[in-house]
Amino acid sequence: MENKSQRFKLLDTLYLAMMILPIVCGIIIKVLTNPPSEGISITGAKIYFTLKMPIQDLPITESQINSWFVMISITGLCLFLTHGLKEKADTKRQHIAEWIVENSEKLVIGNMGEFFSGFAPFIASILGLSAFSSLLALFGLYAPTSDVNVTAGWAILVFVLITYYKCKCGPLVYAKSFADPVLLAPLNIISEVATPISMAFRHYGNVLSGSVISVLLASGLQGLSAIVFGKLPGFLGEFPFLQIGIPAVLSVYFDVFSGILQAYIFAMLTMLYVAGGFPADEYFRRKALKNN
Amino acid sequence: MELAIGIILGCCALGAGIAMIAGIGPGIGEGNAVAKACEAIGRQPECKGNVTTTMLMGCAIAETTGLYALVIAILLIFVAPGRLVDILIETMGNIK
Repeated sequence: MENKSQRFKLLDTLYLAMMILPIVCGIIIKVLTNPPSEGISITGAKIYFTLKMPIQDLPITESQINSWFVMISITGLCLFLTHGLKEKADTKRQHIAEWIVENSEKLVIGNMGEFFSGFAPFIASILGLSAFSSLLALFGLYAPTSDVNVTAGWAILVFVLITYYKCKCGPLVYAKSFADPVLLAPLNIISEVATPISMAFRHYGNVLSGSVISVLLASGLQGLSAIVFGKLPGFLGEFPFLQIGIPAVLSVYFDVFSGILQAYIFAMLTMLYVAGGFPADEYFRRKALKNN
Repeated sequence: MELAIGIILGCCALGAGIAMIAGIGPGIGEGNAVAKACEAIGRQPECKGNVTTTMLMGCAIAETTGLYALVIAILLIFVAPGRLVDILIETMGNIK
């Protein structure tokens, strides 16, 4: 093993700090802005401040700030993993980076076909962003995915992509795809509009329902332990014994499993819709005609 | 006035409860999906990975209708009462 230069180590520390500092910042902001309160309340994203904009004021909410933290953190992770790449992989981080790239390419090509192989970075980034946003709840921060605006933004992005690939053969083919049986055209238009709505609400509803159930269970256990152990003298009577450990089991399901599964499903549906909406036969026929 | 606010709160809670009846549908659907997946794995244990992935996908999509109901229930509990009470107070003020 050759000696690493001073510069390499310095950059390494910088990238590690880029990964960890945003989360620490998020926790500090959360502690500073949320005064400790009795009881448990379920609220939406906090509005930190409002920017003055010409048409409408732009509120900067907790979910926006937290999703920027997640983005910075993922960028730091990627820079750390790809730092000091060599032609022949001999470090752990390069193996991990290669594993991620190979698997995302395999997933995209397996589900969308060779034509869409350029989609691998987009799918991998949407998967990573969504998964890490949900996992942010493990640090006690507000998960950006439990705000409908965030998931609706991603769903609209996906909808634009779907429409772009449907229009690849010109707007006429796109319009014709709605009137497949002519009578069903209104239904087809409704189902087209329903795609982004259902994608947004699926992701948001899953993450939000998990957090609501966790909060309800925590408050319920608090009351239950007050009834069961309330008679114990002094400090022991006030200590919520039942709240140790039991919410963690639910958190493993709702925060870790459900969050990662929803991220996977969002990426999977993106791939299926984009590849399914693309009129491949027509496109390749026209391309062949043009070349001749 | 108190009676009107009470009726609004009660009806919002009832509406949320009725909306969650929709949870029956996804329950049955997901149960069917998992049952069939178990059968498929029993018949062809070597396909376990593929079957499990597809089943999870299908379950998540079948869940959608239940989640719509959940979103409506959450709106009814946390958002609607405040809005409706505000509207009520406004109209009452106008009448007086």
